[in-house]
Amino acid sequence: MTPDIAIGHFLTVGAVLFTIGVFGIFLNRKNVIVILMSVELMLLAVNINFVAFSGHLNDLAGQVFALLILTVAAAEAAIGLAIIVIFYRNRGSIAIDDINVMKG
Amino acid sequence: MSLTLFFFYLFSTILVASAFMVISSRNPVHSVLFLILTFVNAAGLFLLAGAEFLALILILVYVGAVAVLFLFVVMMLDIDFAELKKGILQYMPIGVLIGIVLFLELALVAGTWVVLPEVVAGSAMPIDDTISNTRALGQVLYTRYVYLFQGAAIILLIAMIGAIVLTLHHRKNVKRQDIADQVARDPKTAVEIVKIKSGQGLES
Repeated sequence: MTPDIAIGHFLTVGAVLFTIGVFGIFLNRKNVIVILMSVELMLLAVNINFVAFSGHLNDLAGQVFALLILTVAAAEAAIGLAIIVIFYRNRGSIAIDDINVMKG
Repeated sequence: MSLTLFFFYLFSTILVASAFMVISSRNPVHSVLFLILTFVNAAGLFLLAGAEFLALILILVYVGAVAVLFLFVVMMLDIDFAELKKGILQYMPIGVLIGIVLFLELALVAGTWVVLPEVVAGSAMPIDDTISNTRALGQVLYTRYVYLFQGAAIILLIAMIGAIVLTLHHRKNVKRQDIADQVARDPKTAVEIVKIKSGQGLES
């Protein structure tokens, strides 16, 4: 950890990024793809916090945890996009308003 | 201002700006490209925080795989994005409200915590500065956290199988090879031997 960057800096960036992610979900309420991107932004913010604390506390566990979050985020993106593709194939649209029938 | 601090501000400014462009740009293709820019700058921040391996993995996994996957889906689906953008301002006020409240809460938490000295002293895995970050991670990932590592592998495997099962669909009316059928053919069913009398030709 470089000593001249205080951890508060990293936490602020993480908080701003997380807020942008939440705001993006509200702003693009109809577009599932951009909502998935917003979720990715939020996970990235969480990762930044983990890495910053890992450096601050001089503890490697934070980086291991961030690695696992990265794995889960990649899996989530793959499954989410696959669901979007089959939804588009069935309904011809990805608007959230059309996702109202919970049948197979 | 030191050089690292300068780079920190550079990376985080571009990070926040491009993250905002991700959610606000009209064209989703631009959103994905700004997402890539966000991830690259986050990798820069990881480097500054001393996590070199995670920084490179972030570029490999996100820019190399996830962002390309997003780009692929955005370009493959024929969607009227202008239609999706309609009524966007309807949710703006509540979005801004919740965003402000959330950010204030996060900022209040970020400004008031302290780390107890025992926590720093009792660090689970102190970072050894004499070996590289990648090596240090590998030394704990394959020993102490081997079960978590295997769990991550299983999650990726299930995600892969799930994505394939979801998107695989068999089209009707497409000719495909059926190896078993081809191997099972024998001369009795495949070939018909006909005697033809000369000068008469073959009927039927």
